[in-house]
Amino acid sequence: MSHNVNRRQLLALAAGGAALASAGTPRRAEAKTRTSARIVIIGAGAAGTALANRLVRRLDGARITLVDPRVEHLYQPGLSLVAAGLKPADYVVSKTTDWLPDGVELVAERAEAIDAEVKSVTTESGRSLDYDFLVLAPGLVLDHDAIDGFSLDLVGKNGIGALYAGPSHAAATWQAASRFVEEGGVGIFTRPETEMKCAGAPLKHTFLIEDITRKAGNRGKADLHYAAPQGSLFGVPIVAEKVRMLFGDRGVTTHMKHTLKSIDPGAKRAVFEDAEGSRQEMGYDYLHVIPPQRAPEVIRQSGLAWADKWTDQGWVECDKASLQHLRYDTIWALGDVAGVPKGKTAASVKWQVPVVEDGLVAAIEERTPTETYNGYTSCPMITRVGRAMLIEFDYDNNLVPSFPGVIAPLEELWISWLMKEVALKATYNAMLRGQA
Amino acid sequence: MKELTFETLLAVFEEIFGAGLFWTMVALAVVVTLAYLFVLIRDRHIAWRKFLLAQVSMPFGAVAAVWFVLTMTHSQLADLGGPVDVILMLGIAGAGAVGAAILVYTAQSLVQARRPE
Ligand SMILES: Cc1cc2nc3c(=O)[nH]c(=O)nc-3n(C[C@H](O)[C@H](O)[C@H](O)COP(=O)(O)OP(=O)(O)OC[C@H]3O[C@@H](n4cnc5c(N)ncnc54)[C@H](O)[C@@H]3O)c2cc1C
Repeated sequence: MSHNVNRRQLLALAAGGAALASAGTPRRAEAKTRTSARIVIIGAGAAGTALANRLVRRLDGARITLVDPRVEHLYQPGLSLVAAGLKPADYVVSKTTDWLPDGVELVAERAEAIDAEVKSVTTESGRSLDYDFLVLAPGLVLDHDAIDGFSLDLVGKNGIGALYAGPSHAAATWQAASRFVEEGGVGIFTRPETEMKCAGAPLKHTFLIEDITRKAGNRGKADLHYAAPQGSLFGVPIVAEKVRMLFGDRGVTTHMKHTLKSIDPGAKRAVFEDAEGSRQEMGYDYLHVIPPQRAPEVIRQSGLAWADKWTDQGWVECDKASLQHLRYDTIWALGDVAGVPKGKTAASVKWQVPVVEDGLVAAIEERTPTETYNGYTSCPMITRVGRAMLIEFDYDNNLVPSFPGVIAPLEELWISWLMKEVALKATYNAMLRGQA
Repeated sequence: MKELTFETLLAVFEEIFGAGLFWTMVALAVVVTLAYLFVLIRDRHIAWRKFLLAQVSMPFGAVAAVWFVLTMTHSQLADLGGPVDVILMLGIAGAGAVGAAILVYTAQSLVQARRPE
């Protein structure tokens, strides 16, 4: 709560001015499309919720059903801050139902099977939901079992962190990391070989722990290593170069083409496989694990995934501009589960939702859709407590800055830090409500 | 950022503070502004003695605003990394200074008006 009060004062002036200028502006009212279509959305996370809120405003009479067993809604971008001791665990937690609009049904169950031929989804209790249109937004699953010797109950103890696993594990990660900050030693920061959500997060964690160690006066005792299966530090070449320079400046040693395979938590040793396929063992005092990431079981089982791409990961086969399934024109993919080359961030969801909304409404109205997704992905790359780079890019690895000439994308800026620390959650929440 | 419209901005502010608090703050800002306009119109001139005291409060307002923002956002002055950061910081200081001045001036005028002549 104290955040609220303080931010109130911080932004009172701007807010007051904004409200004054807008006084009397009515909310835009759009003509609704009448339909009796049955729309099923699998997943009520960032993507499913935002879409549902927008669809109820566009459609009159549609039966919209969300399927999701998860009671808690997680603001996942906040996990990086929790794991650096900058926010409490409950900063990221709310309730799924807090965000859902009136007039939609939530089936609080896991979707277990999809039959795209008969257009039906079966839930874990055996309930079958027939649909006219289906949106796949179940996010992704973290495959912790892929790393031998690792299990989630190790997190927080013996120098092991895993901030992706959720709010309590992110808080436990900070417990382990804060010991490293005090005592120093060897810190190893990893990323998986698969596609992953927010590819900047492994880097952010490295930068944050480096900075906090430095500010604690213990940088001399700490030896930081970043190990990744890829050949470069980031998927966008110009950003990879910038990160390479920053790691050089901060004294972080990089080990490219190193895939974390197993750990021995008792002996505090991690085993990597290198480019030649040979074993490389490294001792650690702090190890940060981000496991391989894959589409949920229901997608991989239902025959809706790519057959010739990402075969070990199972992302939905869809058109990268319209997000419509390539074989079933009544199905769309949205969010992390989509089999497109970029875009596993909440910021991408914000750009994808209007595209799927338009595709769906156009199908109902029997017209051609006009909106397309260009791969927009954004990642406020924290480079130390108090500074970040606002990195935004598209399918073609072009930088697409929102504030060109004002906020330079490859410069470490305080204003970009403020975007992540203050504005991002608010923008995310506004997106959930379908307002951004 | 997609569709950075005025509505989006309002939605973002509502989210930062919660809708109730946000609109209460807006109301407070409006009240202070109206009170300031009220004393200007009522007195029909700027009272330079009050203005002097108001001016004295400005540096305090500026420093308080900057300190407050830095503390709230886990930041330090050393984090300013480019021109836009400096401009933003000057803006915050300026806002703090002007806010303090308006508040002090208005408060003085209102208090004085209540005194029997
Ligand atoms: C540590 C971290 C840092 C991040 N930082 C950023 C950042 O700085 N900026 C940014 O833009 N993004 C960031 N992200 C990414 C962002 O959080 C995700 O991209 C976003 O949440 C994706 O939304 P989604 O709806 O696809 O998935 P989710 O929000 O994960 O929601 C998926 C939902 O589907 C449900 N589900 C799963 N399987 C089933 C099933 N079989 N049946 C029914 N329901 C199911 C789940 O319960 C869940 O509620 C970060 C993520 C992490 C983990």
